[in-house]
Parts: sequence; structure tokens; C-alpha cells
Amino acid sequence: MTRQQTKRVLFAAIWLGVLGWPLMGWPRAGLFTASVFVVGLLWVALTRADLPIRRVFQAPRLQLANTLGKFAMEGKRFPRMILIGAAFAVLVITPLFLNNYDLDVLTLAGIYIVLALGLNIVVGLAGLLDLGYVSFYAVGAYLYALLSTRFGISFWLALPLGGLAAAALGVALGVITLRLRGDYLAIVTLGFIQIVHLVLNNWDSVTRGPNGILGIGRPAIGSFVFSQPIHFYYLILVIDLITIFAVWRLSRSRIGRAWMAIREDETAAESMGMDTMRLKILAFALGATWAGIAGVFFAGKFAFVSPESFTFFESVIVLSMVVLGGLGSIPGVILGALTLVILPELLRGFQDYRMLFFGAALVGMMLFRPQGLLGGIRDESA
Amino acid sequence: MLLQQLVNGVTLGAVYALIALGYTMVYGILELINFAHGEIYMIGAYLGIIFLGIFTQWGLTVDHLLLSLAMVFVLSALYCGAYGFTLEKIAYRPLRHVHRLAPLISAIGMSIFLQNYVMLTQGSADKVFPHILLSGGIVLMGTPISYLQIFILLTSISLMIGLQLFVNRTRLGKAIRATAQDQKMASLLGISIDLVISVTFIIGSVLAASAGVMVAMYYGLVNFSIGYVAGIKAFTAAVLGGIGNILGAMLGGFVLGLVESLGASYLSSEYKDVFAFLILIVVLIFRPTGLLGERLPEKV
Repeated sequence: MTRQQTKRVLFAAIWLGVLGWPLMGWPRAGLFTASVFVVGLLWVALTRADLPIRRVFQAPRLQLANTLGKFAMEGKRFPRMILIGAAFAVLVITPLFLNNYDLDVLTLAGIYIVLALGLNIVVGLAGLLDLGYVSFYAVGAYLYALLSTRFGISFWLALPLGGLAAAALGVALGVITLRLRGDYLAIVTLGFIQIVHLVLNNWDSVTRGPNGILGIGRPAIGSFVFSQPIHFYYLILVIDLITIFAVWRLSRSRIGRAWMAIREDETAAESMGMDTMRLKILAFALGATWAGIAGVFFAGKFAFVSPESFTFFESVIVLSMVVLGGLGSIPGVILGALTLVILPELLRGFQDYRMLFFGAALVGMMLFRPQGLLGGIRDESA
Repeated sequence: MLLQQLVNGVTLGAVYALIALGYTMVYGILELINFAHGEIYMIGAYLGIIFLGIFTQWGLTVDHLLLSLAMVFVLSALYCGAYGFTLEKIAYRPLRHVHRLAPLISAIGMSIFLQNYVMLTQGSADKVFPHILLSGGIVLMGTPISYLQIFILLTSISLMIGLQLFVNRTRLGKAIRATAQDQKMASLLGISIDLVISVTFIIGSVLAASAGVMVAMYYGLVNFSIGYVAGIKAFTAAVLGGIGNILGAMLGGFVLGLVESLGASYLSSEYKDVFAFLILIVVLIFRPTGLLGERLPEKV
């Protein structure tokens, strides 16, 4: 460690301490400065180019996961089947040994996997920045909540209906907004989720406002009613597998390749004769479908919906999952969703500091792996 | 009644405009939606209360009220400038040449971090801004206008004029405009892009901090979550006016403030936020680049 480096760390620590002082108060700011200094020195010492720890940040294990993921999707048929079979067995057998709390966390992760894969169609494949994706999730959830409490319609009928309704809304929103490019689209979709949230909160006669809708019917087959956490775990597992299969086929289809062409260069795609407008609307609709289905499942699982679950923040979390995992990469997006659901659970011991660390972790993960954990698309600085 | 609502709307709009300027300037140069900008505004409001508290302890506010008030503004603005500078350096600078979504997620992470940082250090309860300042007002055509509203309007307008002069008349302002137009060309001509970006963040944060202190004085209450809503509104204002356009952000802020205030009093107060976003969507459908935005040719 050179003297200059030590000086820089000291300067950074004092700078951050002075910045924090008015908000933290005196003794805490001093402690903070000292700890930043110590951590900074350790960091500089440990990340020297000739130390093996540096390689950890180049993430060979992630590379391995990526290879495995690719292998599962594209490898030779026979070993691929064995691998998929083994993974499937783990997914089916492990939950038998888990407690209800863990099962609920995994079920939640399952919901987010559907959402993130759906958003991945819009953002990862077609390259459209949608910040209001959770509005489609809300449509699915409230649709089933209303159909179930008012007309007693079954979960299984609501599942495709929720997908259809969300797709229809996706088309409607797409027709209005997709003429806008880039970040204008982002802000309009942001506005859309705000409007949806406000309407859910204020349209008392239908949505019962902030109190939400209670007593939504549980899914049932014949006389068997889904009631235990493990039932829902298996149900979302099936939905996840269907989603993964469908999204994977879609991304390798003619349409999927057309989306990627639009993502890379819209003008070029258009001049090759693609109907980019229709393709973009299709991406919105097909992405929204999965959010609608996830919404119906959400309502069936918790038997309760309220506007609190459908906020801009929720949209942002789903987007973070997609970007964190690696835009456009299916194994990456699944890993991103798992990470962002399980990370707060791991941080539960820190109580109040949980969200502080969560925010810092988002920044840190972007700084160390800006292309995402399993980066899918090529680096485009343009 | 109408005049009263107009005055309220313009006051609110001035605050939105000040925050929107930070969004629009950063966007103009980096094409980045700086989601943490709203938190800088919130920190500015907190710092205002904290510094005023310190001055009150020292007994400065009794004899030199205006002086200590000015000091509160200057100190909060300087501090927030430092926050903005540091924010850019830590969270955005390393990601400048990566795909566009990485800095966006980093910004979201920073926003969550700063919000919780303030919540943990200052508590989650509302903080009260002491109501000793600028009470009273004048009556104009039967409408009471408080001194505070006049103060907010005058301060915001002078800051905006100052910004216009800085951007249009100084060397550094010229460098900022050049960088916004063509970063590569500007750097070839010897403009330090790093410096320009840092200055942009500092200016945006200073404006947001002033808005924060004024809002704290106006409403008398501050909470760690105010940055989120104000941030979304101000960004809406920036887009409404045409993002990247400084005059557009000012116009957008005032339009948004008026729409909200009039909509809340004449139509429905529960749906006042809906009007703001509906206006935004309608404007963008008919003028996809905002009210004052230029239509740029697509880069091929």
C-alpha cells in the first residue's frame, strides 16, 4: 500500500464524515469516519492486483452458473435432460423439508420470477424501458379479487382471464405510448402506474380503497383446496416452469429475434421491413400477460389485495431484478429475482438497517457487474 | 378563490421548477434519470431545519433573523452541492460507459440508501420547522398572500434568472451547453467532461436544496419520504417542458403546480396527482418531445 493510497483513503473518509456530520451528529460522524478509513484501507490492501481475492470479483462461480444455464438451454439433448431432471427433482423434493416461512419466501420468489421474466420480454428483448409494469400485475390481482368475491368465478378460469385482461391493457397502453422513444416512454409508464395506484386507492365503490379486498376464494380442484404454503409452492413452481418454457421459446422465435433487432437498432430493423410498431405493441402485450397471471396467483395465494402491493417502487424492484440478473438472459433474470427476494430475508437480522444495505447492495452490484450477474446482451455504450 | 389558487399553484410550481432543473440538466448531459435527485431535495430540507436549530441554540436568530436565515440557505445549498458531487462520483461516474440501465439501477439504489440513511439518523417521525419566520402577509384584491409565498417566488425566480445567466453568459455555462450538445466533440475541444458533469450535479443539488429549505419553511413539516413524491413530480415537470431544456423545466414546473392546485380545488383533491400525470400523457401524445423540446433527428 503506497502512502498516496493511504492519503486518498483518509481524505475520502474525512470527506464522507464531514458530509454525514449534520445528519448523524458528532460522535456518530467520528465513528463513521474511522470505520470508513479502516474499511477503505482493508479494501485497498485486499484488492491489490497480485492477490487471489481479486479473482473472486471476476466471479468464476457465476461464470459456472452461466455455463450451466446455457447448457440447460442449448446443450446436447441427453445430458441436458439429465441436468434438467436433477434440477427438477431438487425443486420438487427440497420443499418437503422446509418450514412454512421459507416456503412462503420461495413462493414469493416464484411470483417475482414470473414478473421478472415477463418484464424481461419488454426491457431485455425489445429494449423498451417500462417503469409501470406492475400496473398489469395489479390488473390481474384485482380482476380475480372482484370476479371471485362478486361472481364466485374460479381461480382456474381467472388465470387465463387475468392474462388476457393484462394483455388487452398492454395493447391499449402500447398504442398510446409506443410512439414515444426511450425515456419518454419510461416517464409515461411511470405516470401510468401512479394513476393506477391512485385509482385503486380512491375508487372506493369497486376497490374498497386502501382497505383492499378481503376473502378472495382459494384455488381448488374438486374438493381439494389449496390452503397450505406447500400447495402454493408447487402451484407457482408449475407456473414458473410454464413461464420459463414459453419465454424461452419466444425469445428464440422469429418474433424474439425481431425484438432483439429493434433493441439493437430500431431504424435498421424498420428499414429491413419489420413492422416495428406492431412488434413493440406485441412485446408490451406478451410481457403484460405474465404480470396478469402472476397477479391472479398473488390474489389467490394471499386471499387479499390492497393498493400497497402495486406501487412504482414495486415496478422498480422488478426492473432491478431484470437488470441485476442480466438483461435478456433467462437464467440471469431468475437469479436476479431470487437474489432480490432472498437478500432482504438474509438481512432481516439487521432490522432497521435492512433497506439501507439493500440500497447500497444495488449500487455495489451495479458497480462490480454492470452487465448483470449473468450478463446477457453485449455491451453497448452508444 | 381563483386568485388564491393561482398564487398557491405558482408557489408550488416554483418549487417543482427548481427541482426539475436538476433533473433536466443532468439528463441533458448524461441521458440519465437521476432518481436520487429527490432525496437531495429531502436532505436539503432536513439540513435547513438542523442548521436553523444550531443557530437558534447559539442565539443568532433573535438578533439577526435574516442573516441566520441566509446562512441556513447558503450552508444547506453548499452541503447538498457536496452531496450531489459525491453521489455522482460514487454511483454514476464508474458507470458512464456502460449500457444505460446500469446507472439507472445504481440511482435507484442510491435513492433507497439515502432515504433510509436519513430515516435512521433523523428518525421516521415528522420534523418541525420552527414557525418564527416571515409570518403575516399582504392582501391583494381580497386575496391574502403570505410573505412566505412572496419570498419563495422571489427566491426561486432569482435563482432561475441566475442559472440562465450562468448557462448563457459564462465560460463554464458555455462548456455545459457544448457538452450537452456533443460530448465527444466538446472533449476534443479541450473541455473537461468530468468537471462539467460535476458542476452540473452541484448546481442541480444546490437548486434542489433551496427548494427543500423553502418547502420546509412553507409546510413547516419535513419527513424522510418527501423526496420520493417531489422527485416524481419534478421529473414529470421536466419531461412536460421537454427534457434537457432548461426553460422547459421552469415552464413545466409552473404548469404542473397550477394544474395540481386548480385541479385539487375545482375537481377533486383525491385525484389531484392523476391530473398531473394525465396532462403529461396528453402533452406527450401531441408533442412527443414536451412543450419546449426540440425534435432531434434520430441518430443512425
